[in-house]
Amino acid sequence: MKEKKPEKVIIRIKRQESPEAKSYWEEYYIPYRPYLNIITCLQGIRKTLRTFDGRPTTPVAWESSCLEEICGICTMVINGRVRQACSALVDQLEQPITLEPMKKFSLVRDLIVDRSSIFENLKRVKAWVPMKDTQDRGPGPKILPKDQQINYALSRCFSCGACLEVCPQVNERNDFVGAAILSQARLFNRHPIGKEIQLERLKALVGEGGIEDCGNAQNCLEICPKDIPLIDSIAEINREITFNLIHLIKGK
Amino acid sequence: MSEAEIKPSIHFWLRRLHSLSGIFPIGVFLLEHMFTNAFILGGPEAYNHKIEFLRSLPFVAFIEITFIGIPILYHALYGLYVWGTGKSNLTWYPYPRNFLYTLQRWTGLIALIYIGYHAYHTRIVNALFGTEVSYARMAELVSVPWVFWFYVVGLFAVMFHFANGIWGFLISWGITVSQKSQKIAGLSAALVSLALFSVGISSLIHLVNHP
Ligand code: SF4
Ligand code: FES
Repeated sequence: MKEKKPEKVIIRIKRQESPEAKSYWEEYYIPYRPYLNIITCLQGIRKTLRTFDGRPTTPVAWESSCLEEICGICTMVINGRVRQACSALVDQLEQPITLEPMKKFSLVRDLIVDRSSIFENLKRVKAWVPMKDTQDRGPGPKILPKDQQINYALSRCFSCGACLEVCPQVNERNDFVGAAILSQARLFNRHPIGKEIQLERLKALVGEGGIEDCGNAQNCLEICPKDIPLIDSIAEINREITFNLIHLIKGK
Repeated sequence: MSEAEIKPSIHFWLRRLHSLSGIFPIGVFLLEHMFTNAFILGGPEAYNHKIEFLRSLPFVAFIEITFIGIPILYHALYGLYVWGTGKSNLTWYPYPRNFLYTLQRWTGLIALIYIGYHAYHTRIVNALFGTEVSYARMAELVSVPWVFWFYVVGLFAVMFHFANGIWGFLISWGITVSQKSQKIAGLSAALVSLALFSVGISSLIHLVNHP
């Protein structure tokens, strides 16, 4: 935390009106108060609708919802590093603060990106417990507490996309699904009933954009705001694949 | 990232083969090679004798091409392709592992250049022009200062690439799963490589000091 409190918070935002438009930087400021976070700054900018030198401007587009690092929708690149805007405190950031949209997703407008690819890839690996109907089958199988603990850690993923943003293997030349997807595949492979379609998940992960694209840079582990043991998940999926190589080589 | 369909791909299999080829046969050959190098420390006679023995093995050219030449070429070419699928981002995310990720690619390239040069002057010349490869020839080669330093750099690149490659292999095949086991594996691989590196360096120095 800084010793001397600044009077202003200076914020530079990378703006872009539409996916086709050209991007440009604009500078703003808001009066300093303690405990500001980036979302409150964005709200402040929206109130004045003026740039740093007083020119009127259009409202900056961003997304937020929970304001407590639970929904992941406010994920953006702050001072060069990807994180959640609602939990990024001005007092802990260097000024001027720069805000950019994530680069690994297609841009919608200003700070908003389209993260539906995460959802599509979750579908690709069937990250769910298969149920054919709604019949009551009584209580499910027991899960040991030590397994519950691991499952809980994995289930904390809120699909924010930070792990994809920092991954050198996720880029326009590559279709890699990324760490979050691999970790969710592991979570559902660990479930007593989810296990039923383990092989289908593994098949998806030896397909295009699958696990072979992982380069073990392990940035995902460093950045994940939920401290998910992502690299254990990747190695675990690798192990499951190794054990099932014969099935996978046969294809169907 | 694309839609929710699964496209089968050959790359998973090629990548696993790439990972495996680094350990077997290339890694195994590396161990054998460093073992042979150690005979340099025993003087010209011991070394020349060892080389003679290797050369007298049956089907030596066949073994060299199938178990050394082709695997190294495959590993190198597919490795370059893999390099092209990534995009280094050390500037904003300077984590140690990210650094090693980038270094693995550069040392692979240096190793490729070095191995090409080394194989040409110590093996291919023999096949093409019948140049005798012996202790004396090796000593002559590395007596040139830039060649000596090129060997040092090349050796370092190979050894780093090998150690980090073992670490990656163990993850890519799901052998080390927990972060703790990955760390232990990484440190052990580094120690093995360091030992091999010192064998290489001491052989080089011996060649220079006892031509
Ligand atoms: S694994 Fe972590 S970094 Fe990746 S999407 Fe989930 S919460 Fe975000
Ligand atoms: S608003 Fe939900 S995580 Fe920031």
